[in-house]
Amino acid sequence: MITISNLIKYFHKGSVNEILALDGISLEVKDGDFITVIGSNGAGKSTLLNCIAGTYAIDSGSIKASGQDITVWPEYKRAKLIARVFQDPLLGTCASASIEQNLALAYKRGQKRGLAFGVKSRDRGFFRQELKQLGLGLEDRLLDTAGLLSGGQRQALTMLMATLIRPDILLLDEHVAALDPKTAHQVLELTREIVKQKKLTTLMVTHQMKHALQLGNRLMMLHRGKIILDVRDEEKGKLEVKDLLAKFYEVQGEELSNDKMLLA
Amino acid sequence: MTWYAVLGALEQGLVYGIMAVGVYLTFRILDFPDLTVDGSLPLGASITALALTSGINPFIALVLSIAGGFLAGMVTAILNTKLKVLHLLASILTMIALYSINIRIMDGPNVSLLAVDTVFDPLIELGIPGHLASTVVFIGVAALIVIGVVWFLYTELGMSILATGDNSQMITSQGVNTHTMIILGVGLSNALVALSGSLIAQNQGASDVNMGVGTIVAGLASVIVGETVLGDKTIPRAIIAVLAGSVIYRLAIAMALGLELGEFSVSPSDLNLITAILVVIALTAPTIKKKLKLS
Ligand SMILES: Nc1ncnc2c1ncn2[C@@H]1O[C@H](COP(=O)(O)OP(=O)(O)OP(=O)(O)O)[C@@H](O)[C@H]1O
Ligand SMILES: [Mg+2]
Repeated sequence: MITISNLIKYFHKGSVNEILALDGISLEVKDGDFITVIGSNGAGKSTLLNCIAGTYAIDSGSIKASGQDITVWPEYKRAKLIARVFQDPLLGTCASASIEQNLALAYKRGQKRGLAFGVKSRDRGFFRQELKQLGLGLEDRLLDTAGLLSGGQRQALTMLMATLIRPDILLLDEHVAALDPKTAHQVLELTREIVKQKKLTTLMVTHQMKHALQLGNRLMMLHRGKIILDVRDEEKGKLEVKDLLAKFYEVQGEELSNDKMLLA
Repeated sequence: MTWYAVLGALEQGLVYGIMAVGVYLTFRILDFPDLTVDGSLPLGASITALALTSGINPFIALVLSIAGGFLAGMVTAILNTKLKVLHLLASILTMIALYSINIRIMDGPNVSLLAVDTVFDPLIELGIPGHLASTVVFIGVAALIVIGVVWFLYTELGMSILATGDNSQMITSQGVNTHTMIILGVGLSNALVALSGSLIAQNQGASDVNMGVGTIVAGLASVIVGETVLGDKTIPRAIIAVLAGSVIYRLAIAMALGLELGEFSVSPSDLNLITAILVVIALTAPTIKKKLKLS
């Protein structure tokens, strides 16, 4: 569970370039919620995920996760609770390390690391079995370095790494946007399966209305750092692409007419 | 070149190779260009000088030097991670500070160690001649260091340090504090450099505050020569390559020192210039090759 209260995040605060990226976000994510997050470019979606993960410090407000106030926790400490997959396939894996080393690094997420061997022979069977689920043949390539893999393979591996130890919260930021349509579909199916199987609390940012409607039990639209739509369950089931587009145009139209008023 | 010169180059290559492995840890593994080494090599020598002239066992002097080097590396890394000083500048600051510290430790710019016990004595007592004894010790220590560093880089911690240099966002999201990894890695690197400095001082029979000048270029040259000759496909191979690179580099220097072009002959003080030019060529060769291909 995540409880966000009145989160405000500026970039370049106090300078002429000041940007109010998140404008008082309050949000309650229930255990098992799978929220798809949409919104135009610059709406604040990535910033919201980065603030939850601790990549960015926030200006005010509070963030609670799994019953703890994590507002001032550094990013590495939040990794105990939170796992992520990034838009850039290169960000999620360590290119010079082998597939099994990457998995071993992820298998210790949030735990102390010592002088034991990084890859334990007893874990190899488990890694193979998990890789097999991806259906990409990676189970036979444990010793290949991750840098040799294609973007889609790396993203699938990252997805697996993020969920190898069950995270309390899974954050996905346009994680299929850099993939070709077929691979994107595969990784999305994988996401759906893993989230369902492990009952993960998930936030998934996407620009594909279709994906936002097909996946998850809850849908959120961000605009200029505010949540302007938040629907769940049955109500979400009834939504269609045209409803979302209408909402987009509505807020953008508002902006236009505001501009007109200013000009008038 | 005489056999004596070859043996000398092997000896130097091995003992400076330990330093080069340290440089490899920062330069290649952590992607942290660290000039602290120009100060931590003489730091190892200075601590050793103080210890040996105070009658401390030479093997304990090695341990003290290692600890001193680790601390020096930590200072650089903390300046960089916690106080946000640019890594290059942070390491220059530590290096400069070490110049003063080393003179304080030795209570002067140099100390002669001819009349004290060294780590080579046990072998010399067995009847092995001095220059062979040092080579044997250096082979032993270098082998231990290679095995130790390779082992470490396959442990959970070592892998986390590797990942910190490769993809800090990834390893942070796996719950690793990258600052701690950088402090540990730069510390270890300088511990090796100081160990090298301690052995060099004991071998030379002297410690000098200026003996560190050019350490970083020699280290880089060894790393690059090793990569070029042996490659860096796997970690064991890369580390052995650094050591081999250091030996090859010392051989090349020995040959260069014999070089005479009419009136002109290469003197030891030209070595830093030659090495710097070599490193520049090696560093820029890939870029220049690419440019030539493109045009
Ligand atoms: N690191 C940063 N430094 C300065 N400004 C930033 C930074 N990250 C985001 N911003 C700004 O904050 C606002 C929100 O950006 P954010 O990346 O969260 O948008 P987004 O909804 O993820 O957009 P997109 O769909 O294009 O990914 C934008 O105006 C952006 O320019
Ligand atoms: Mg974004």
